[in-house]
Amino acid sequence: MLEAVPDPEIPVLSVVDLGIVRDVDESEDGRTVTVTLTPTYSGCPATEVIARDVRAALETAYDEVSVVTRLSPAWTTDWMTEAAREKLRGFGVAPPGKVLLPLVDVGTPAACPHCGSTEVEELAAFGSTPCKALWRCTTCREPFDYFKQH
Amino acid sequence: MSPTSDESLLTVADACLVLSHRLSEWMSNAPTMEEDIALGNIALDLLGQARGLLQVLGDETGSTEDGLAYFREAQEFRNPLICELPNGDFAFTLLRLLFVSIWLARVWPQLAATTDNADVRGVAEKAVKENAYHLRHASTWCVRLGDGTDESHGRLLRALDELWPYRGEIASPQWYDAVEPVLTEATLTMPPRDAWTQRSSADGWHTEHLGYMLAEMQSLARAHPGATW
Repeated sequence: MLEAVPDPEIPVLSVVDLGIVRDVDESEDGRTVTVTLTPTYSGCPATEVIARDVRAALETAYDEVSVVTRLSPAWTTDWMTEAAREKLRGFGVAPPGKVLLPLVDVGTPAACPHCGSTEVEELAAFGSTPCKALWRCTTCREPFDYFKQH
Repeated sequence: MSPTSDESLLTVADACLVLSHRLSEWMSNAPTMEEDIALGNIALDLLGQARGLLQVLGDETGSTEDGLAYFREAQEFRNPLICELPNGDFAFTLLRLLFVSIWLARVWPQLAATTDNADVRGVAEKAVKENAYHLRHASTWCVRLGDGTDESHGRLLRALDELWPYRGEIASPQWYDAVEPVLTEATLTMPPRDAWTQRSSADGWHTEHLGYMLAEMQSLARAHPGATW
């Protein structure tokens, strides 16, 4: 059921695709469930919306739903599934690369999600949401969002 | 500093909260749309980090994150003075962000490695990466301004003169080693490491600016205690 709960900012991704669902614990009688989530970014306003959406989705099937936050280990874009990266490309967002810690290099998109060209340049390091940066393809000239590796 | 004590945890939490508020004052006033968004994003990261730590400290002291953020007086804040200084111009804001980000680039990994509180570790692990973006943004801008026009060079130089006396609470040998190459690339000379510096007192005496900032930041919560959206 959680596969049907979308990320409010990037609706092609579910909370499962994002890799933020750490644990789902169902009681023995199957009436209550506890979902453990790890937030993506410290100040991301979507975190509270996601918790509310998860609760709403599960309340149809359980008498009691609780959503718990677990901060450590911290979420990383490495937890995103390969299917999620493919969906991002289809949505016009360049997926994050794999993180090599310690993070000094903040990463660059591998290719333009529109035309596949590798000739890309950064327009702004901070984009429309905490998880994205704004880039431009110098081949097809289209701007695109880059899901920052984190 | 020993980053595991509650006192220094409060220093980090207050640094993030106060600097976040200062950066948020740029909203709709930054020189470009991209910069408005960038400073807003950084402020949001810092606010999230502050909340994470204040929740832990609130639980430990029988208070809450809101209680600590909105119902303490200026003297009870433990942020380094540099965080509370008014924004000044864009050069001042970005150089201050550079100085604080370089400090936090050491604080967060230490905290992640030494804390025995899982929530604090989670905040710190996340903040290491977020701070890397802030540091990159601030260094890029400082180089661009310093190595830019006469006007931008002059403004960054003035910011350096004004901020240098406030480095005392965040500087370490590693801090100077990280600051110097950025200033050099920005065609500025780093002032002496042993120059005189301001410090906040153990009693929490601040500059006059924090009180005015808190009066604005705390007014809504104090006028309507317990209000929710």
